[in-house]
Parts: sequence; C-alpha cells; structure tokens
Amino acid sequence: MAYKFLIHEPGDAVGVAVSDIQAGEKVAGTYLHDHSQSVEVVARQDIPLGHKIALAAVPDKGKVVKYGVVIGAATKPIAVGEHVHVHNLKSLRWGK
Amino acid sequence: MKTFWGYRRANGKVGARNHVAIIPLDDLSNAAAVAVSHVIQGTMALPHPYGRLQFGADLELFFRTMIGTGRNPNIAAAVVIGIEPNWTRKLAEGIAETGKPVAWFAIERSGDLATIEKASRQAKEFVHYASELRREEVALSELVVSIKCGESDTTSGLAANPTVGRVVERLLAANATVIFGETTELTGGEDIVAGRMKTPAAREHFLKVFDNYARLIEQEGADLLGSQPTQGNIIGGLTTIEEKALGNIQKIGRAQVDGVLEPAEAVPGKGLYFMDSSSAAAEAVTLYAAGGAVVHLFPTGQGNVIGNPVIPVIKLSGNPITVSTMAEHIDVDVTGLLALTKTLDQAADDLLDMLLRTANGRYTAAEVLGHKEFVLTKLFRSA
Repeated sequence: MAYKFLIHEPGDAVGVAVSDIQAGEKVAGTYLHDHSQSVEVVARQDIPLGHKIALAAVPDKGKVVKYGVVIGAATKPIAVGEHVHVHNLKSLRWGK
Repeated sequence: MKTFWGYRRANGKVGARNHVAIIPLDDLSNAAAVAVSHVIQGTMALPHPYGRLQFGADLELFFRTMIGTGRNPNIAAAVVIGIEPNWTRKLAEGIAETGKPVAWFAIERSGDLATIEKASRQAKEFVHYASELRREEVALSELVVSIKCGESDTTSGLAANPTVGRVVERLLAANATVIFGETTELTGGEDIVAGRMKTPAAREHFLKVFDNYARLIEQEGADLLGSQPTQGNIIGGLTTIEEKALGNIQKIGRAQVDGVLEPAEAVPGKGLYFMDSSSAAAEAVTLYAAGGAVVHLFPTGQGNVIGNPVIPVIKLSGNPITVSTMAEHIDVDVTGLLALTKTLDQAADDLLDMLLRTANGRYTAAEVLGHKEFVLTKLFRSA
C-alpha cells in the first residue's frame, strides 16, 4: 500500500496527507525522517492533500502535537482517522 | 571536506559573484547610476527610492544597508554616485574599508552628464580589474548563506523547509555561517527559537526584538495576530499560527543559534545568526546580503519568484503543482519527499549540491530570469 500521509515526529497526534484521502479509506503513513516504520488508520472523512489526519484520539480541550510540539487544543473530542482542522482545533495563543 | 570556488577579497571574505556595482546614494542619483550601467558593460546599477531627509534610526539603517551591500564579497569594486558630496563620501568610505576599489562622484556642480562620463571612465577601469580576478578553491567554512521562505504552504513545512534545515545543519557542522530572520513569521514559535539560543544574552536579545515587533503591531491597532494563518494557509491545511511558525522554523533544522543581529548588521563570526527582519522576501534578502550573505536559499510552496541583484537566490519547492506550472523558477525540485521517492537526506544532498554549484558560479533561475529586487527597509517616513 502506497503511503498517503507523513508524520513529522514520533508521538505526533496528526499526520499530513501527501495525496487526497477518501472517507472510509484504510491508509498507511510513515515518518518524514524514517521511512522504515508505518502507521495505519481508517479515514473518517475526506482529507485533502496537505491537511491533517488524527493518528491518536484527543479529548475535548486536549493538546494536539505536530512537529513534536503543541500546535493548539481540540475544541471537541477528536477520534482516530478524523480530519483535524479549524472545525476541531484552535490556537492556544490568542484564544480567538 | 567540502570546498567551493570563490573570489577572495582584500579583507579575506569570499564572494560567489564578481559584480562591479554602480551604487546611487539616493533616489536622485538613480538616473546617472543606471546610465553608467548602460554605457559600461559588465556593471550593475542598484537603483532604490530613498536616501534623502532620513533621520535617526531610519537613517542609520539606510547607511548600514547601503554600506553593507557595497561591502558584500560578491561585489569586486563599486562606483558610488550621490547628489551631494558628504553622504556620498560617507557611503564610499564605508565600502572602501574592505580594501576593495571604490570611487565616488557627486552630481552637484557637475550635472548628470559630466558625472556619468567621469563615473563611466572609472567603472571601465573597475571592469578591467574585476575581469582579471580568478576564483580560488576555499573551504565550505568560508561560505555565508541566508535562508528565508515565501509563499509558503503545507508542502513547505513537510518538504522544502526541512530540506533547508538539514542543509543548515550540515553547513554549521562544516563551520560555515547562516543567517535567518522573519521576525513576524516566528509568531507562535518564538519560544522555540528563544530556546535554541546558545547564551542567555542572545535569548534576551531575541525576545526583546520579538516583543518590540509585537508592540509595534499593537500600537498600529492592527489585528495581525488574529488574521494568521491566512485564508490561503487554511485552504492549504494550516490550522493555527503555532503550526505555521513551526513549519517556518524547520529551516534551521535542529541547530542552535549563536546570536541576534540588528537589520543589515554585519554577521560577526561563524555559526547561525537570527537577524531582525521583515518577512517580505525582497526586503529580507536585501538585509541579509547587507549582513554578508553571499548565497540565499529560498524554499517556496506556491511559488515566490524573488531574486536579488547582489546574491544568487536558489529556489526549491516540494509542491508538485508549483514545480510543474512554474518550472523555470525552481532550481531544486524536492517533490520526491511528498512522493516518498526521496529521503530528507537525499533531498539535502540535492540542495547542497546546487548550493555549491551556485557558489561556484552557476546562475540561478532568478538570475537568468533577471530578478534583481533590491528593496530597502524603511522604519518611518522621512523628515
């Protein structure tokens, strides 16, 4: 199975789609720095190239990690395979 | 041990280009400077819109940028033309400290035509001089590289920026020098950059520079912070300002930062330096060149086409649409990182190879296409 997402750092809660992913599709991804390991998830929504897919469940208000760093907090519970974007993730910086 | 072929200047610095620059002090002198560049083949004029009635910190930045540009090791010799003698001499003398040949001409009491003739005769001698200089093989540690991205998208954080980061790590391991900046676009990741500072003094300096910027935005009543990421970023998949800043920071890899520079300040030693600078591409690259960078690495997502007259700007992109629709602008294609046909180390090999070839003399896409964006940063309006 061709890899459809990449993960910046081990432990990241999200991967980044490197091609368009369809809802219901079982997809595999690998690490940017190490192609020898792979992760599989089932996509719950369509996820366009460049967008994020959840690799771990995150509770409401839970911190979301990408690049090994917190990039914001969940605004509702996020399940594995969900599209992660402005509808369920917001910045911790300005609370807007 | 990697080497490149560069021009060793009188002050020991090494250039990747061998320009004879015709530098106008002020807006009024652009016409004469451009005229000389048309009369004398092998010269390059650097027209710009400022240099009159500036004062205070804005005037200091102006002179630092202009003198730094003239001092850049990519310039073999310089002719300075200004409306009046005092500031014209000041600029020329600042450049001449490097030991390179410099001459200056004032237009007052002479007029454009006599000035153009005198400056052209001098420029002709400088071209003969420069054309006999030869490149020599020097260690990679002699190279000063600047980095800044533009028109970023999600592919930038995933491919082009990490590729630059890996090359930066290698350059620093070879004891070379790297300048980065973009004060505004570190918002959300400033704590990470602060944490990379090698000394508490550098960390404090960095946080002061960043806070000054944040305060300026506040004073202007602008809600810049609330507008980031942009709508375009969001369409591309970027959700938060932290995420955008982290993508940007990939350009310094896992490196630590040696010091913090004012805009256009000469880089003081080897290592990695943060320069307070705009995120507007042409302004930033102009400042880095004034600080001593001789080659620039420019990762782009959607396809920024910037170049600089003094230093070659190397473009790389990981966006397959940009690489196919704007192919003539891209020097290094890193789409293989998204297609998983290349590893980060392989992409870094490609970029480092292109960096060395460019330092050796290969023209970049921006140079061949005639991009010479020389843009001065202005702090406030003139008197």
